[in-house]
Amino acid sequence: MNHSSASFGRSVAAHSILLLYTVIALFPVFVIVINSFKSRKAIFRSPLSLPDEQTFSLIGYQTVLKQGDFFLYFQNSLTVTVMSLFLVLLFGAMAAFALSEYRFKGNSLMGLYLALGIMIPIRLGTVAILKLMVASGLVNTLTALILVYTAQGLPLAVFILSEFMRNVSDDLKNAGRIDGLSEYRIFFRLVLPLVRPAMATVAVFTMIPIWNDLWFPLILAPAEETKTVTLGAQVFIGQFVTNWNAVLAALSLAIVPVLVLYLIFSRQLIRGITAGAVK
Amino acid sequence: MAQVDEKKPRRWHIAVFLAPAVLVYTAIMILPLFGTLQLSLFKEIDNNQVFVGLQNFRTLFGDERWAASFWNALQNNTVFFIIHMLVQNPIGILLAALLSSPKLRLRSFYRTAIFIPTILSFVIVGFAWKLILSPIWGIAPDLLQMVGLKSLFAPWLGKEQYALVTLSLISVWQFVGIPMMLIYAALLSIPDEVIEAAECDGITGFSQFWKIQLPLILPSIGIISVLTFVGNFNAFDLIYTAQGALAGPNYSTDVLGTLLYRTFFGFQLQLGDPNMGSAIATAMFLVILIGVCIYLFGIQTRLRRYQF
Repeated sequence: MNHSSASFGRSVAAHSILLLYTVIALFPVFVIVINSFKSRKAIFRSPLSLPDEQTFSLIGYQTVLKQGDFFLYFQNSLTVTVMSLFLVLLFGAMAAFALSEYRFKGNSLMGLYLALGIMIPIRLGTVAILKLMVASGLVNTLTALILVYTAQGLPLAVFILSEFMRNVSDDLKNAGRIDGLSEYRIFFRLVLPLVRPAMATVAVFTMIPIWNDLWFPLILAPAEETKTVTLGAQVFIGQFVTNWNAVLAALSLAIVPVLVLYLIFSRQLIRGITAGAVK
Repeated sequence: MAQVDEKKPRRWHIAVFLAPAVLVYTAIMILPLFGTLQLSLFKEIDNNQVFVGLQNFRTLFGDERWAASFWNALQNNTVFFIIHMLVQNPIGILLAALLSSPKLRLRSFYRTAIFIPTILSFVIVGFAWKLILSPIWGIAPDLLQMVGLKSLFAPWLGKEQYALVTLSLISVWQFVGIPMMLIYAALLSIPDEVIEAAECDGITGFSQFWKIQLPLILPSIGIISVLTFVGNFNAFDLIYTAQGALAGPNYSTDVLGTLLYRTFFGFQLQLGDPNMGSAIATAMFLVILIGVCIYLFGIQTRLRRYQF
């Protein structure tokens, strides 16, 4: 009896702390989103109440869609994120396969070289990256961003994927070799499908920082036609500081896509972390 | 190499598998990194890059105004890091410990919800908090009034003495999900036998966490500390969106990232200077390298023995 009431008390305490923190975590997002649907007066008069019939207004969204080319920004962000993700996964998996499958001179040195980038942020090379992009005429192109994000994502991808590929059974690969499959076919047909869960984990880890990055779009591709959503929202909000409806609507528009992606992939992300991808 | 594998005298496929990753990584990451280190040793004179040795560093550390901004930024960065270590990581560990307690309901709901701020971009986080803390809108003073503490309200982001701490706490709010998840994963990987043995010895609840689990997750705490360190000394976006490139008020929130940005691109009347920018990037590189080395050689080797 005594024991169970103690554990009941403990579970109430645990729930109240977790609930309190959940409220702290979600409150700002909640406030921004509900107020984006209200008229200007209501935003200031009662910022914490939900929009009702009288206070409901879409004026902020109308301003955003009229003034900023958010569809274009969204398209740019999507192109950059998807292309970089594809290249990171393809190149990363190929390199990880080479490192985990074959024994060759300099194998561990190569692994170490590729892992350096996990600890050293690519931003420190910005000055020279900009010079390189200017020299190759890639400034203000999405290609520049894709290249940078591919380089940025590769170290962690190679590291995580090679850990997983070590666990793929040798018998399977050797059976493939006896059947006369080439090394490329073994990689693409046998190994890649088996490490799909690991690829999904890497994808989520790689995707979030790319989608959210402000530094490289600001420096490498600030032109109107190559702006990403993050940069577009930043610039737009800077111009419309006093138009609260528009600012709140722009913020909500920037929150929703990531939130949807996160809720779709959250199980994958959590599984990836708890599976010891980052031990 | 030919003797290693008789069937395939030249294993070209290894090169083919490695080439794309190594090429992109080397060309876009490693070479620019060294290019930046190299640029910091040059100076532009009459449109020519001239080798000047360590002169840029002499300016950075010797010139009164440069040195003042650099040390101010480094100091702010250190404060930023210390606040993360003291607030973010303990809260993360607490949440993870609660989440991993057996028979907890709604576990995945809490986990998903608490991680949401981490996936948002700095732009959203910076502006959202700027609005919430704004004295014009009045959400923060209203909330304080509810608990009877309205007198404590101040325009925190606009006051020199509070701005840096406020920004650090915003960043803590955003990233608490990362230590929470990593510690949670580490706690789950502790073998059940260890916990059962502790329970047989009558060690339960808080003392079980303190005496059994915490020592076992020390390696993860080490990794989190080094990740926090690298992330913090690389910070830029949050400060740029909340306070602008000038990192106001009066540079009280200036960190190395914003100083690098201003130096490289120029601001107001000062022209951009890639060479001085490179010098600052090099200094950041050294700071991060020293931090990572302390972790790798000083801390990680000692923690190894706890790992399973």
